[in-house]
Amino acid sequence: MSSRVPVLKTYKLYIGGEFPRSESGRSFDYDDARGRHIANVALASRKDFRNAVVAARSAFPKWAARSGYNRGQILYRVGEMLEGRREQFIAELRQQGAGIAEARREVEQTIDRVVYFAGWADKYQQLFSTVNPVASSHFVFSVPEPTGVVAVIAPQESALLGLVNLLMPVILGGNTAVALASEKKPLSAITFAEVLATSDLPAGVVNILTGSRKELLPHIAGHMDVNAIVYGDEDGAEEKLIQEQASLNLKRVVRPRANPESPYLILDTQEIKTTWHPVGL
Amino acid sequence: MSTTSVASSTGLNWTYAPAPETADPKIRSRYELFIDGRFVPPAEGQYRTILNPATAEPLTEVAEAGAADIDRAVKAARRAYEKVWSRMPGRERGKYIYRIARLLQERAREFAVAESKNGGKPIRESRDTDIPLSVAHFFYYAGWADKLNYAFPGARARPVGVCGQVIPWNFPLLMAAWKIAPALATGNTVVLKPAETTPVTSLKLAELIQEADLPPGVVNIVPGGRPTGAALVQHPGVDKIAFTGSTAVGKWIMKALAGTRKKYTLELGGKAANIIFEDAAIDQAVEGIINAIFFNQGHVCCAGSRLLVQEGVAEILITKLKQRIRTLIIGDPLDKNTDIGAINSREQLNRIESLVASGREEGAEIWQPDCPLPEKGFWYRPTLFTNVSQAHRIAQEEIFGPVLTIQTFRTPEEAIERANNTPYGLSDGVWTDKGAKIFKVTRQLRAGVIWANTFNKFDPTSPFGGYKESGMGREGGWHGLLPYVELEETA
Repeated sequence: MSSRVPVLKTYKLYIGGEFPRSESGRSFDYDDARGRHIANVALASRKDFRNAVVAARSAFPKWAARSGYNRGQILYRVGEMLEGRREQFIAELRQQGAGIAEARREVEQTIDRVVYFAGWADKYQQLFSTVNPVASSHFVFSVPEPTGVVAVIAPQESALLGLVNLLMPVILGGNTAVALASEKKPLSAITFAEVLATSDLPAGVVNILTGSRKELLPHIAGHMDVNAIVYGDEDGAEEKLIQEQASLNLKRVVRPRANPESPYLILDTQEIKTTWHPVGL
Repeated sequence: MSTTSVASSTGLNWTYAPAPETADPKIRSRYELFIDGRFVPPAEGQYRTILNPATAEPLTEVAEAGAADIDRAVKAARRAYEKVWSRMPGRERGKYIYRIARLLQERAREFAVAESKNGGKPIRESRDTDIPLSVAHFFYYAGWADKLNYAFPGARARPVGVCGQVIPWNFPLLMAAWKIAPALATGNTVVLKPAETTPVTSLKLAELIQEADLPPGVVNIVPGGRPTGAALVQHPGVDKIAFTGSTAVGKWIMKALAGTRKKYTLELGGKAANIIFEDAAIDQAVEGIINAIFFNQGHVCCAGSRLLVQEGVAEILITKLKQRIRTLIIGDPLDKNTDIGAINSREQLNRIESLVASGREEGAEIWQPDCPLPEKGFWYRPTLFTNVSQAHRIAQEEIFGPVLTIQTFRTPEEAIERANNTPYGLSDGVWTDKGAKIFKVTRQLRAGVIWANTFNKFDPTSPFGGYKESGMGREGGWHGLLPYVELEETA
């Protein structure tokens, strides 16, 4: 046995490409399944959420303007970085209560899902675009464009895959995101943020908060500069609250689909823009 | 009827003799509710007097659907959905929708006159736009009914169920067609509430649907005001809501549906920028500006109500615009010479007047031509505002009338920034002779429909709908099928 003392990780937030503590200075205890203290996790405040939206909004125009090819390469890079940290993610999932086989399966599925969605970044446009055969002398086409800043509420029961499933279709389509990690299993989301930070993903494209869903959800759903909210759980009361608050600025409210690899998930946070051009001399 | 005098730019006086459209609109003296394939009186016995806005005189009276009637209509739609319509092969459904298109085509002139009498819009528009486009929508979506298996890769399109549809008063028949055609094509049944001031062509459509022998309950039409709409939106037997109207009501609907899992699409307000660059063909742009804001008296959610002109051409453009406005003929909607018809209702006229008053009070400069207006009915002169700041209410709020604000800009970046600086995002226009510039600008505009060197063009194959607070979901084209289906993935 080595007498070396291991260096423990501080789990912080991920906002605008940086890893700040909560501006409120608050944190919450995270204990493993056997009640051993693992980490002090940042307890994000309403102000942290607002800061994250500012970061996401300022990253949006440039991210949306990148080519699908470029976004796809960056997201594929995320897959590469995940693969390199495979063992770390497995160990962390085990700390959060998963068995070894379960943890391995979740990490492998996550890597494969990232690679799968990365490949959609330059393909969904052709699937969802149309040239419209109008009856007048105009050339008219309709193309998908990202809706803007999207809030992603990760499901409580899945530390890593649940978050990645919801996040990928949002950002591959040029949106930027503010994600709220699982409150029950918050660790993997922050380690995933470290992956994003080392994958050439521009700062602010993804921002990840840990904290109390009950505290943050009304602010997230009611924020006037968020364009859509993806909600990954099944709680009827939360869903109702989200929709009520979302109506303030007509946020698109998006629910998961039965098939987690559905390309129609991408369409759920896209707008369709139709452009008319006269044909003539 | 007096002749209309128009001052031309050459100083000559052209006089147009009246040219009224005389086809019989066949409007009954009283309309009942259309439920389960029959015209039935309302449970509470209420009727609303419907006016002709060009005379403010009664046109007909129409039954007002109450909560009990809505319940009856939803149940009829449910029975028709379960027993008949959702089971019918798409090919057969399509044939019924084709029938509607053909019958409407045959009676197009009659419907056009009815539309102009009830809504106040010029016969030229109802004849050339509203009715033919309504026909085209039915014809287009009829053809989708037996092709849905090829529409969505990897997925089967299942109908949603009973659709509650609430439509506005600005394009009464066209909005009914936009709502009913895709819903029926995808196997849904419908309960439709027309706007309180303009139910006539929807009820004439009900007659036509009877004539087409559609199975009872597939389409139900329940006129009424806001309480009728609210009862429909909140009825637990409705699976999907489709609404076109104001952003305020759209928000109310979204909130009212919270916790229900009903699907919804909302097509709401707008405050479109119409951007004129220095290198635009100015005379064409002037025609485009006129069409953008005065089409249908400006009662258009996508109207080009904010003119943004590049500084170098502002003076000449505004001069030409005023000249052109002086030639517009305002008056009898049934006269084929008429350019601008009646304001749809007293209520809407009040709203326009109050917003224009706010423009004056906040310091904007108003200009109106000195044209004669009819004595009876609801009318408003075409109106320009210059010296408008971005914070003025007239630059932020939807006026829904023939009122245009004019602002200038120096750079394309400034124009884009201003265009996007409202909570709305329904439509915009861009005028320039440079192709690459069109794409550079249109890409950055946050709106669902962009017209380049044209404005207010519509087609059933072309999706329509907004970004941001202009709503969600699209109507028209392939994209217009999506709100009416559940995708069951097969992959």
